[in-house]
Amino acid sequence: MAPFLLLAGLFVGALYLASSARLEPADYTFNNSTEVATLDPARVTGVPEGRIIKALFEGLVVKHPRTLKPMPGMAESWSVSEDLLTYTFYIRKDAKWTNGEPVTAHDFVYSWKRFLKAQTAAEYAYQLWYVQGAEAYTKENDENGEPLNSFDTVGIKANGDYILKVKLKSPTPFFMDLMAFYPMFPVNKTNIEEAMARWPDNNEWEMQWLRPENLVTNGPFTVEYRRVNDRIRLKKNPDYWDADNVAMNTIDALTIEQAGTALNTYLTGSTHMIPSVLPNLIPKLMPREDFEPVAYLGTYFYRVNTTKPPFDDVRVRKALAITVNRKDIVEKITKAGQVPAYGLVPPGMAGYVPAEFAALDPTAAKIKARELLAEAGYGSGGKPFPVMEVHYNTSEAHRDIAEVVAQTWRDQLGIDAKLQNQEWKVYLDTQNNLGFDVSRSAWIGDYPDPNTFLDMFVTGGENNKTGWGNAEYDRLITASASEADPTARLAILKDAEAILMDEMPIIPIYFYVTQNMVAPRLGGFYGNIQDEHFPKFLYWMNDEELAAKRADQPGAWEIVDDVGPSEGLYAPAWTGPVPSPSNN
Amino acid sequence: MWFAVTLFCVVTISFFMMRSVRGGPFDGERTLDPAIERNIEARYHLDWPLPKQYFQYVGPFNLDEHRAEIFGGDGSKVFGGVTMLEFGPSFKYKDFTVDQIISQSLPISALLGMVAMMWALALGVSAGIASALKRGSRLDLAMRLAATGGIALPNFVIAGFLIIFFVFMIPLLPVAGWGSVKYMLLPGFALGAPYAAYIARLTRTGMLEVLSQDHIRTAHAKGLAPKTVIMRHALKGGLLPVVSYLGPAIAGVLTGSLVIEKIFKIPGLGTHFINSALNRDYTLAMGVTILFTVLIYSMNTIVDLAYTMLDPRIDLEEM
Repeated sequence: MAPFLLLAGLFVGALYLASSARLEPADYTFNNSTEVATLDPARVTGVPEGRIIKALFEGLVVKHPRTLKPMPGMAESWSVSEDLLTYTFYIRKDAKWTNGEPVTAHDFVYSWKRFLKAQTAAEYAYQLWYVQGAEAYTKENDENGEPLNSFDTVGIKANGDYILKVKLKSPTPFFMDLMAFYPMFPVNKTNIEEAMARWPDNNEWEMQWLRPENLVTNGPFTVEYRRVNDRIRLKKNPDYWDADNVAMNTIDALTIEQAGTALNTYLTGSTHMIPSVLPNLIPKLMPREDFEPVAYLGTYFYRVNTTKPPFDDVRVRKALAITVNRKDIVEKITKAGQVPAYGLVPPGMAGYVPAEFAALDPTAAKIKARELLAEAGYGSGGKPFPVMEVHYNTSEAHRDIAEVVAQTWRDQLGIDAKLQNQEWKVYLDTQNNLGFDVSRSAWIGDYPDPNTFLDMFVTGGENNKTGWGNAEYDRLITASASEADPTARLAILKDAEAILMDEMPIIPIYFYVTQNMVAPRLGGFYGNIQDEHFPKFLYWMNDEELAAKRADQPGAWEIVDDVGPSEGLYAPAWTGPVPSPSNN
Repeated sequence: MWFAVTLFCVVTISFFMMRSVRGGPFDGERTLDPAIERNIEARYHLDWPLPKQYFQYVGPFNLDEHRAEIFGGDGSKVFGGVTMLEFGPSFKYKDFTVDQIISQSLPISALLGMVAMMWALALGVSAGIASALKRGSRLDLAMRLAATGGIALPNFVIAGFLIIFFVFMIPLLPVAGWGSVKYMLLPGFALGAPYAAYIARLTRTGMLEVLSQDHIRTAHAKGLAPKTVIMRHALKGGLLPVVSYLGPAIAGVLTGSLVIEKIFKIPGLGTHFINSALNRDYTLAMGVTILFTVLIYSMNTIVDLAYTMLDPRIDLEEM
């Protein structure tokens, strides 16, 4: 019986250990989909990381939860010079780090210097290259990796403790959006330097300064607890300058990767927001009041390898592009209200008129495409079209789309199109080395401006990956960067998109929609084009407010369980039942 | 010692296999600027020739001659690597070392494994005894059917049924996560079910064999209560096969929990085993592989030792 006793003993001991680590449920729990790569704002690129960093740190501005307009953050106010090149930020004097130090303009100079320095290896460093001298500061290094240029050559200056001046290379209309973007959030110098002094080993201090017990932040929340691949528990920061307007006391960010498991936790009320759902359940979820997809700043498209015959022929690319039945794809496969794409730039960019190519009905597309192929020398009377492959990364959703696309090409054009799926990292490698015919791709914009999509395809651009290049296109992208007049600038970008749609190195398929499931009672969470939700605005509605909200929504919607506190949870400073987190 | 040889082979083969797979840890949808990429590679020594990376990884000597000047500090720390039980920083979870990740997740997997083994033993042994005592009855048939089902059904199917019954139809237990005991019951059961089935079969066979032996008949004959006969005399011999099966079973639940951990969202080792390979998180994948090697190896050794203790006819020298 000894082994049993031993087992039982271990069991009891382990249960004791496990129960002591239990946490009370948080005010608000959401699925962050995956473990974050790091809490260091400078070194992250992903959406899940962004959600956490927006809770921990605060940049110069935050974005209004509904309109996405910049609102004061660390900067109390700001001004832009006449030539749109110099931004002056007035840092608020009541902002503090969690170690008691005031947040000053010097913090931003320090953080951005660190961010731009190539040794920090910030993947998003290029987002700050709109600043004068910044690109050279990152790119020009000696053999030890030290920057050749002094930071004085970069247009980021502290003018006293509370004024920050930023000088740009050229007018950048989306610069304020960047200032609310998490890689640009400041970090605390003392925090990092103390860690460097205590743990001289590089790999050691890089981790140590980010430990919950060491990390110094300036945002609405702090890290209370972190377990890898489980959760990050956030706690309200009482020293945050706007703490009176923060409702949630605790937030849990979970790391559930399985969409099915995430949905189960949502349906049983243990999570209040999940950012994605199982694609095959979408038709069932669509009528529910808590699932309301809205347009999202992303495009799903196929890259075409323009270096490989027959795809080097624009007529072939066009023939392939016009035959894709986008309407079928969004109606029968994706089903969440995605919009068929006939251009690269998604809708919803203020003032931009996209340059889309003409949508043809299937019969017209077939005739036109066959003509184009015949002109290129393929089809009846010409050469046979070689067997081609549709390349995608392993996933059911991508496979379904690839199947439809390949089927259409077979039926309409008589092209022998096969499917080729690869595991994610192998797929990326194939794409980088142009080892494909046609390859599934996607791009999510970092800020609502056509530039974030269009500058991808300049000749030799790192993210081009089609082998395509066009001198006129490059010229237009460069010209748009120095155009001060916003309308003229957007017109130039439109011309660039028109070239792209005429040359077709890519085949647009559809524009994304968001797929959040959000507890009906959760307030301060609005669907928006960037799927951007600063956690400081979240709160729980009381019964009265929830009833008012439901009275406003379409009657056809299915009412679901209203998890969350029925008396609501409002920030201390809010008096009325419906708070207004807006001043812009 | 064969253990060291095995471990060496595992480390070496998996190191070079891992590196030969296409795609690297820092490849992403957005291609990096060369200046940034160079620095990331330099930080993790990915710019070194492969053999040098290997020796750095194995340790114990630090081969980075620029350590002090590039990375700051005084370069005093010259020992490291796997031989010093330092598995290095995770490439994907940059805030953690592999050692930290393992020390956070191994106890969770171990606990889950233990709950699974408790389920397996409790259900398996009692079902096996019942089956053996009522041999040929309907109960026996039902138990044997259940056992066959437990072996045939993959644990994720069992998990799905459990979730439907005990979470959605009868809302008793949480659907996923890790915390108090109630979080452990369903995943523990799903993980333990195939082992329970196997244990039930072993117990039944073992018990049947013992029950037909002379000393049991003697015990009955001397007028002992049937309960005493079974608990005191029959069980001792009848459970021998089960005990010897415990080693592989424990190694099995520890290393075989990947799917269950995913479905029930348990922050254990299994998830890292899959994800680290997919993420090309070289150090974490190596760490988990080495750990699993050690676990399986030691469990098998324990079983071998247990055999010699339980059955004097087996000699350790011959194995």
